Amino acid sequence: MKKGGQKFSALVVDDNKMIRKVEEKLLARFGFETKVVENGEKALKLFDDGYTFDVVVMDMEMPVMNGPVATRALRARGVDCMIVGVTSCGDGPEKAEFEASGLNCCWEKPLNAEIVGTILNKLDNKMS
Amino acid sequence: MQRQLANMKQTLFDQGYLDEQFIQLEELQDDANPNFVEEVVTLYYRDSARLIQNIEQALEKSPLDFSKLECLMHQFKGSSSSIGAKRVKSECTQFKEHCRVGNADGCKRTFQQLKKEYATLRKKVEVYFQFARQIGPVEKACRSK
Repeated sequence: MKKGGQKFSALVVDDNKMIRKVEEKLLARFGFETKVVENGEKALKLFDDGYTFDVVVMDMEMPVMNGPVATRALRARGVDCMIVGVTSCGDGPEKAEFEASGLNCCWEKPLNAEIVGTILNKLDNKMS
Repeated sequence: MQRQLANMKQTLFDQGYLDEQFIQLEELQDDANPNFVEEVVTLYYRDSARLIQNIEQALEKSPLDFSKLECLMHQFKGSSSSIGAKRVKSECTQFKEHCRVGNADGCKRTFQQLKKEYATLRKKVEVYFQFARQIGPVEKACRSK
């Protein structure tokens, strides 16, 4: 929880409906106020519309606009919140490219309680 | 009855059908979402039916578009790993490997195996959920680490 009892906010960006559902519930279980969108373009639009988030959980491969492109665009707009990449690509050039696009960290799918706990710790440390 | 349900689940794990991710989903179930796991699994089977069809169609083309196949399978693998479908996920990985080296026969063989595992898992979890529903809401058992 943030100081003052406010919830941390999260944005899930993934083209898979099932994964969006699971990640949203997982984050909510850890006390995050969560929004979900299906690709990078929609994520950008939220930021352009003035939304802010404490953390963005960004899938790598999505149609319309993928993770690396969206991440780069967000950073270019001065978005400096935590952006966490999730990918089922394993270690390799794609993952490295994704990390280089401006992620704070990158995890192997599926998102689980341990990863969300780590994210929460980092956010708590950032706050204090 | 609870013990039977627990044993059922343990068997699915021991036989490698499910992995840790399934437990993660169960831990997300609560009073507000008592059927979360079943909902997610149902969604998985519904969404992936379309993917399977697309892959099937793509496998009928000649020559095979390995890049497209790999992309379709990548999505399928992502979904499968999200529900803890361990064996299915493993077939997905194999399939992607075959795509990477352009092995058409390997792809077709692995896909048949994948469909078998997919169908078997579906039956087994259906039985599991049916049984769980019969028992009704139970105390969440402590999970020993």
